[in-house]
Amino acid sequence: MAKIHVTMKVNGAEVEGLVEPRTLLVHFIRENLQLTGTHIGCETTHCGACTVDIDGMSVKSCTMFAIQANGSDITTIEGMANADGTLSHLQEGFRQMHGLQCGYCTPGMIVRAHRLLQENPAPTEDEIRAGIAGNICRCTGYQNIVKAIQYAAAKAKGVEFKEAAE
Amino acid sequence: MNDLTPTREQRTAALEGMGCKRKRVEDIRFTQGKGNYVDDVKLPGMLHGDFVRSPHAHARVKSINTDEALKVPGVLAVITAETLKTVNLAWMPTLAGDVQMVLADGKVLFQNQEVAFVVATDRYAADDGVSKVVVDYEALPVLVDPFKSMAPDAPVLREDLAGKTTGAHGPRKHHNHIFEWSVGDKELTDAAFNKAEVTIKEMISYHRTHPSPLETCQCVCSFDKIKGELTIWGTFQAPHVIRTVVALIAKLPEQKIHVISPDIGGGFGNKVGAYPGYICAAVASIVTGKPVKWVEDRIENLTATSFARDYHMTTEIAATKDGKVTGLRVHVLADHGAFDACADPSKWPAGFFNIVTGSYDFPVAHLTVDGVYSNKAPGGVAYRCSFRVTEAAYCIERAMDILAQKLGMDPAELRLKNFIRREQFPYHSALGWEYDSGDYHTAMRKMMESTDYAALRKEQAEKREAFKRGETREVMGLGVSFFTEIVGAGPSKNCDILGIAMFDSCEIRMHPTGAGIARMGTKSQGQGHETTWAQIIASEIGIPADNIMVEEGNTDTAPYGLGTYGSRSTPVAGAAIAMAARKIKAKAQMIAAYKLEVHEDDLEWDIDGFRVKGLPEKFMSMKDICWAAYNSVPPGMEPGLEAVSYYDPPNMTYPFGAYLCVMDIDVDTGVYKVRRFYALDDCGTRINPMIIEGQVHGGLTEAFAIAMGQEIRYDDGGNVVTGSFMDFFMPTAVETPRWETDFTVTPSPHHPIGAKGVGESPNVGGVPAFSNAVNDAFSFLGSTHIQMPHDYWRNWKAAKSLGVLG
Ligand code: FES
Ligand code: FES
Repeated sequence: MAKIHVTMKVNGAEVEGLVEPRTLLVHFIRENLQLTGTHIGCETTHCGACTVDIDGMSVKSCTMFAIQANGSDITTIEGMANADGTLSHLQEGFRQMHGLQCGYCTPGMIVRAHRLLQENPAPTEDEIRAGIAGNICRCTGYQNIVKAIQYAAAKAKGVEFKEAAE
Repeated sequence: MNDLTPTREQRTAALEGMGCKRKRVEDIRFTQGKGNYVDDVKLPGMLHGDFVRSPHAHARVKSINTDEALKVPGVLAVITAETLKTVNLAWMPTLAGDVQMVLADGKVLFQNQEVAFVVATDRYAADDGVSKVVVDYEALPVLVDPFKSMAPDAPVLREDLAGKTTGAHGPRKHHNHIFEWSVGDKELTDAAFNKAEVTIKEMISYHRTHPSPLETCQCVCSFDKIKGELTIWGTFQAPHVIRTVVALIAKLPEQKIHVISPDIGGGFGNKVGAYPGYICAAVASIVTGKPVKWVEDRIENLTATSFARDYHMTTEIAATKDGKVTGLRVHVLADHGAFDACADPSKWPAGFFNIVTGSYDFPVAHLTVDGVYSNKAPGGVAYRCSFRVTEAAYCIERAMDILAQKLGMDPAELRLKNFIRREQFPYHSALGWEYDSGDYHTAMRKMMESTDYAALRKEQAEKREAFKRGETREVMGLGVSFFTEIVGAGPSKNCDILGIAMFDSCEIRMHPTGAGIARMGTKSQGQGHETTWAQIIASEIGIPADNIMVEEGNTDTAPYGLGTYGSRSTPVAGAAIAMAARKIKAKAQMIAAYKLEVHEDDLEWDIDGFRVKGLPEKFMSMKDICWAAYNSVPPGMEPGLEAVSYYDPPNMTYPFGAYLCVMDIDVDTGVYKVRRFYALDDCGTRINPMIIEGQVHGGLTEAFAIAMGQEIRYDDGGNVVTGSFMDFFMPTAVETPRWETDFTVTPSPHHPIGAKGVGESPNVGGVPAFSNAVNDAFSFLGSTHIQMPHDYWRNWKAAKSLGVLG
């Protein structure tokens, strides 16, 4: 199949590649760019493991063709840490609050939560739950994921998050 | 001593040993997207395989034409059963003693069965190839209802078994019969029923469902022709077992097979068995000389690799009028699908279902299980439970509620009346198990006090009156569940897999600087072994957990182990860790005695080193002993500090717990709300309370999913109608209830650190709690048992059939 040239910015770096028109963005990210932190749990837009941030929106990258992302600005889990390489508040929150087990949903969860907190820096528990409803976790039962996001929201405001992981 | 000398508390805390809510070491990589899962493995020249699957549930395969597929750019090979026959791999043995087609050999027996394997340069080309393979099918009559499997005129499913009147587990009664398994004393049980004052009987079904970890089953196989070596990266919960199975069926020397389980994205039992994808990828690598990756998609996962449950349990309890149970009789019809690919220890065709007497002192019991074939996917696996234990717990917990209803007793009171008492442990159950320890009354009373059970019952009574008066359309249910699990398979006297005893192992090597590595026969799929195993070692030998690296999943470096499933890691491997650590400590004591110039018996252990009794300043830390082990051991002693333990447990462990679910259901819509869910778990000694709580949250969420809607459902034509995350209930953060957790601690008397295992308890205990809540909500309207799953529609149907919808 004829290939098409695409360029985009991923985690701040200009990247390019040749893709078939049908190549899913998630495959472009994982196979061409070798950024394997973005996971695949269903390929049918149900699980959110493949969530990346595109031009300020959370997008399930199995739902988009790579050519549709041509020219866009993408952040994946690999671009979530602080500039100095330390864990971001969200990443630290997931660790402190035991918000992950197998870690398979985690990149998508963190990328999604990042956008959620951009849009709503002080979400209620219900808003967090609704905000991550596109991301399935099979391991944690979500309770500690909610706390991880609350932890990050508190940290961003410079306050200590009190509640310890149970 | 001065102000800078750490206190004993500080020294203990610095170890981050058992009991510490140590943060997980795995999370550093997982939160940054730096895990290494199977699909992340990329090898030079790697090919991709994909399956042609059957659209039919039962059909003869008249021909397979691969000509057009082979013309597709990028397609290199199409493997069929004919190809596999040349290497004698068209069929493979199952763990349950049956055989299973790897690729359709003459017929297909379930929808989405593997028919051909297309190998191509990338996954898109493989998929193109799949669409060009032409298969000519002749449809055959389909059998989906297990209750019709043994009808005289039922279609013959397994033609390969024609004339075989005996299977792996004894006589077969019918061409679709697999085994009959019978335990207990039938005569005594029948006698108890004959003189019973009260009996109940109910057919309690536990529907077919699926473990569905977020990462599907996958592998990369790479055969090196020159060396004759096969390396397999796979999502394996039991990598050593896979190596041995490959050695046995592919006739490769076992030392030339390297099995690697990298990070695994959840397992829940789905990744215990061997699937056609693994065999086909291995054969494809041998045929093409290139590495071959196989990654199952979600629909394939739900419809083809191992379902769970599908147990239909006719349950009877005999009791006295005042509620003392006197006998239990259970018959199970077990639907295994097209092949018996049940992942149980080999001698246990129905797993440990004979734990069905539960937490109660049944003087007599009798159980029979009939396994049958149907045109459904083969299995079944233990979905977050020890083998068939969740079915058993559901069976007895539902039945106890039904008995309570018949007697007009409170379900909690009935349980309290019949519990095995603390002083009866070790307790021999009527169906043959020896329960190690328990304190059921304390756990149950703690649950009742913590939830103010009496007040909830009072509120329920008031709501029922209000409902009858027409003031509300909501009914309230209290789901009580008290479960006893049997985990930690298991003792070699009764557990093996294909002849290999179900021990587990740990090898610890201490390095000169006071750090070390522990290698394990287990394999975490999210349980956090890298964190908790180091905690056990830290407490045992006084080296900080941070200085111990835990490595799992590489069969070349790890000692042989049976893997992680059935909550066996802590009971079996956790014990192996403690035993290996104690060997290290024993040698360390000899070294310390030599260095401190005293007799070994004059030393006592003190948190992180040895101290001379009565001379507190004469102390040698474990860190210093590690150094000494490499330069100044006593004369005659070998240098180094390492140990290995293969632990064959003397018994299983028996975790237990008391759960309560409070639920409100709107009868007009069937919509339920879980108002409250309280889970008290007793898993013996608690290694990392944070991780235990996390396991409980996760298990409860899976229990919630199963009880309230998660089902693999077939229509009459054998089509799977719940084959994607759209139709297969996957709770999100919005539906998932809030969990309240609690605990008691009753250590296992036979386990070196007293731990019992917890990962699966919440699934085992959770399902009956939810189901009992729904049933309890409707019981005052005259229903005795409503089958799971309890989704809105079925709740509405239940209300309708009870005549409350006007
Ligand atoms: S892989 Fe994209 S939503 Fe599941
Ligand atoms: S941590 Fe395993 S799926 Fe979320």
